[in-house]
Amino acid sequence: MNELRRVLVANRGEIALRIIRACHTAGIEAVSVYSTADENAHWVRLADEARHIGASPAHKSYLNVDAVLEAAVDTGADAVHPGYGFLSENEAFARAVKERGLIFVGPSAEVIAAMGNKSHARRTAVEAGVPVAPGTGPLTDVDAALREAEEIGYPVLIKASAGGGGRGIRPVFSPDELAEVFPGAGAEAAAAFGDGTLYLERAVEGARHIEVQVLADTHGNAVHLFERDCSVQRRRQKLVEEAPAPGLSDALRSEVADAAVRLARHVGYVGAGTVEFLVGPDEAVYFMEMNTRIQVEHPITECVTGVDMVAEQLRIAAGAPLSFAQSDVVLNGAAVELRINAEDPERDFAPTPGTLDAFTVPGGPGVRVDTGFVTGDTISPFYDSLLAKLICWGADRSQALARARQALEEWEIAGVSSTKALHRYLLDDERFRAGAVDTRWLEHRLCEGPWTAPQG
Amino acid sequence: MTTIKTAMPGVIYRRPSPEEEPFVREGETIEEGQTIALVEVMKNFNEVKADQSGRLTRFLVEDGDEVAISQDIAELED
Repeated sequence: MNELRRVLVANRGEIALRIIRACHTAGIEAVSVYSTADENAHWVRLADEARHIGASPAHKSYLNVDAVLEAAVDTGADAVHPGYGFLSENEAFARAVKERGLIFVGPSAEVIAAMGNKSHARRTAVEAGVPVAPGTGPLTDVDAALREAEEIGYPVLIKASAGGGGRGIRPVFSPDELAEVFPGAGAEAAAAFGDGTLYLERAVEGARHIEVQVLADTHGNAVHLFERDCSVQRRRQKLVEEAPAPGLSDALRSEVADAAVRLARHVGYVGAGTVEFLVGPDEAVYFMEMNTRIQVEHPITECVTGVDMVAEQLRIAAGAPLSFAQSDVVLNGAAVELRINAEDPERDFAPTPGTLDAFTVPGGPGVRVDTGFVTGDTISPFYDSLLAKLICWGADRSQALARARQALEEWEIAGVSSTKALHRYLLDDERFRAGAVDTRWLEHRLCEGPWTAPQG
Repeated sequence: MTTIKTAMPGVIYRRPSPEEEPFVREGETIEEGQTIALVEVMKNFNEVKADQSGRLTRFLVEDGDEVAISQDIAELED
């Protein structure tokens, strides 16, 4: 056991605040790091100490390994929590933290690397007895790709080994298209991820995105916290998440949960992680990838299980066992998360940096808002567009959705455009209300239009 | 002399990707509508296009610099 006294939060915005809260609740001090743009941020003020680590662009601050490490050592932190994004899945960072004698809140650098390479992760899943979609190992030339694609059957996805999170994926529908796209996809992957290795996977039509939350400690305990449905996506970026997945049978729920725990055990996983699956209309389950960090949508799992996941991350990092057993985890009610992004849905989701002139956060039973911002803040162009997450819990799905609808009504956001109006519409959409939409549904629905929120 | 300005704040890049050649070099002649840079705004890349033709004499920003909205980024000799 290494009792944590001081944790450096290597992130910004709502997740930085979430981690600061968890630290303080556990009697641990929190240190913020911030870029020039975030100098006066709400979450920075709430930390016990704060260090400026560089200019506003992320590569000069939040992605600067040396600056973050120096701040950690300098402020006497004994652990670093990376949050999500930025350096959270950077194996070199995890290794460097450890080499400085600090604790990295997350799995080992080796596990991050093994799961970070998506082609390697696929092979590992197979070894762990977790099903994958028909596909290939790493490919370098187009002739091999064409031969393999014949076996797999079209449409196939060209995926970058070093991609993930929905990036570096190109669907192709014919051999001609594959031959045309493959070389460019390799060059793109090399430029974007520093590795041009590609592999192919059969596209699963009509699939839902179902992911399982796992937690594992250093004492050999690995549990799941059930699943989330993140099928409401645009360009492979999630907009709405739900727990549990609407309409999923108990048998299928157990199947994905068991597979996720099996994979976590197989790789010697430690910390919070998410195993993502595609579930076909025939209920076939296929492993997609594993994210080795806390996830944006973790609060809905907290709502339906009562587990404070960031608190557990800190316990695990300190070498303590999980505070509960698998048999203690019971699903209670339903929760939905709506991502309120500073994007204009009426202008093809163009980002809208600006000043938050009004930001009246809603409340009431079962309503939770995670945000790093307050009225008057500048939403800078340098980082992602997430303004806030609206998380609503209900005794059942319809109550959770009704609370979300009321919360949106109360929420005034002015100064920047946001996805709030789109969510208002989605909550009234018959197909969404019926549940179990697939990952292409939102894009099709946006094309159909008009989606402008109903009056009143 | 006129200047080309940004339409969005963010981080400016003078090349399509780190390994590629710049969109345009100082001293080259550009056409109206030609892309001369990218501005990254909340992880989205937006093209900066020349609003008139002419010889681009000088860039006023470096690759990876922060830029404000309506900031002059290049000088044009018409």
